[in-house]
Amino acid sequence: MSTATNTQKRPPLPGHHMVLGETEKLRLDSGVEFGPFTLAYQTYGELNADKSNAILVCHALTGDQYVADDVHPITGKEGWWSEIVGPAKIIDTDKYFVICSNVIGGCLGSTGPKEINPETGKPWGLDFPVITIADMVRAQTMLIDALGIDMLFAVIGGSMGGMQVLEWCKSYPERVYAAAPIATSFRHSAQNIAFHEVGRQAVMADPDWCGGNYLLEGKKPSRGLAVARMTAHITYLSQPALHRKFGRKLQNRGAITYSFDNDFQIESYLRHQGKSFVDRFDANSYLYITRAMDYFDLSLEYDGRLAEAFQGCKTRFCVVSFSSDWCFTTAESRIVAHALNAASCNVSCVEIESDKGHDAFLLDEPDFHMVLSGFIEGAAEGRGLK
Amino acid sequence: MDETISNSTAIPAHSDRIRVDLQLIADMIEPGTRVLDIGCGDGELLGYLTRTKKVDGRGLELSNEGVRNCVAQGLPVMQGDADRDLADYPDGAFDYAILSQTLQATQRPKEVLSELLRIGKQAIVSFPNFGHWRARFDLMFRGRMPQNPNLPIMWYETPNIHFCTVLDFVALCKEMDLTIERSMVLNESGSKLSLGSQTRFSNFLGNQALFMLSK
Repeated sequence: MSTATNTQKRPPLPGHHMVLGETEKLRLDSGVEFGPFTLAYQTYGELNADKSNAILVCHALTGDQYVADDVHPITGKEGWWSEIVGPAKIIDTDKYFVICSNVIGGCLGSTGPKEINPETGKPWGLDFPVITIADMVRAQTMLIDALGIDMLFAVIGGSMGGMQVLEWCKSYPERVYAAAPIATSFRHSAQNIAFHEVGRQAVMADPDWCGGNYLLEGKKPSRGLAVARMTAHITYLSQPALHRKFGRKLQNRGAITYSFDNDFQIESYLRHQGKSFVDRFDANSYLYITRAMDYFDLSLEYDGRLAEAFQGCKTRFCVVSFSSDWCFTTAESRIVAHALNAASCNVSCVEIESDKGHDAFLLDEPDFHMVLSGFIEGAAEGRGLK
Repeated sequence: MDETISNSTAIPAHSDRIRVDLQLIADMIEPGTRVLDIGCGDGELLGYLTRTKKVDGRGLELSNEGVRNCVAQGLPVMQGDADRDLADYPDGAFDYAILSQTLQATQRPKEVLSELLRIGKQAIVSFPNFGHWRARFDLMFRGRMPQNPNLPIMWYETPNIHFCTVLDFVALCKEMDLTIERSMVLNESGSKLSLGSQTRFSNFLGNQALFMLSK
């Protein structure tokens, strides 16, 4: 039995699904007119009468729409930003209507390479069009339109989510009252592209990838995808955090074994990260979404003059970086903040001291939480939300 | 950066009483204007202006802690310093550019002053007066660098690297062709002294000076 049949029979994941682009298609940056397509999304809290309390949370590369669920339908764990989003939390779902959608090209219910191409009746695989961050955002605007919301109170996200936040502010500034791009940049650096390329090559080198047709062949490039995840995971941590957590500690053994077994705890940890990732993520989605990040450069159409991207933008910004993040450094955040300043935007820019690396934005960081909470409360006051 | 003013009593974030010298600055600001506070510390002045004068206020602050505290109060503040980070702001972006008790700690005070008046239509600048009789006393009779409650840090640790007197500052304004709109000298506790503000006498008795400048 082929996995394609499995894909068709798979019970739908919990949450909302919206079919978009039926009458007017989604115009992708590549020139493709795409649609209809589905966005899977979650909402938390209630939309108020004048529809002014909506917050769009944008997820990162391997995140999904289950931002604040108690139990994730696949991993069984808490939602990825339960630390921040929920009743009486920083993004207070008693007060705000929180929306999070799985990006187009994703693999948790939104149309992506593992879904069925209606023209062929088979999974898209590499026939899926290449998407960009702007395409993800354009798809989100169609969802926000369908929900009847003109202006979002806030758009918030970290890492690739932060890229979407910046793209929203560049392309739809009148629709965003407040924006928090966190641990992110206006472009993907050469080093980040390099790490993504290593990940993609690992996937493609796995014979079970089958040139992208693994679903048809009933296979899964688990080893390749796991290696991609292991590499990427290292970049999300910092040297001091790794040392503090693992040092040179050995894994359930008193001495090294003179073999290639996972002697060190760090090896065991990475293998576990890789293994659990392949259970919840599609390898082709990983290729498409990493590519979208690589292509992101908000200053490109302005010949590098980033400030022009934000000219006339009335949105208030809070740009946050973490001191030990070497994926998206404070220096990159400062370039964004300076450009916003040059465009006379209302901007706060904060570096949070943390040794937890890029992943710090997902973790318990009291200073970060204090800043984000103050920013949201200040903006809520400005927007007249009580 | 704010070492020159002792601030022993912490002021609650939403109290509408602020340090006396900051109140004097606040009194110079018209309601509803655009204000950039450079070296805004914990946002005491910026918060006050935002709440009571409804200004569109922004801040620039060197210390991460200060920036964090400001943003946590909902104030738009960036991490940065007066020497490096003013260049990004567009010409005439603000009605007022405030530099309170910070000029003496900048690398290039003259360039900073001219940046203030490029960004702001008016600049409000306050600084400790090195011509104050106590500073002179310390140098003349003790033979030591001035150290007092308002200048508590030893010479080898102080961030204050470009001290000047009131008369020095007036001379610089003249050299730069800046108009002194208002000026006053303050006593140790930051209250205004009723003296002519640009005289040898005020240069002797004023502990701090406060100027409003335009081009």
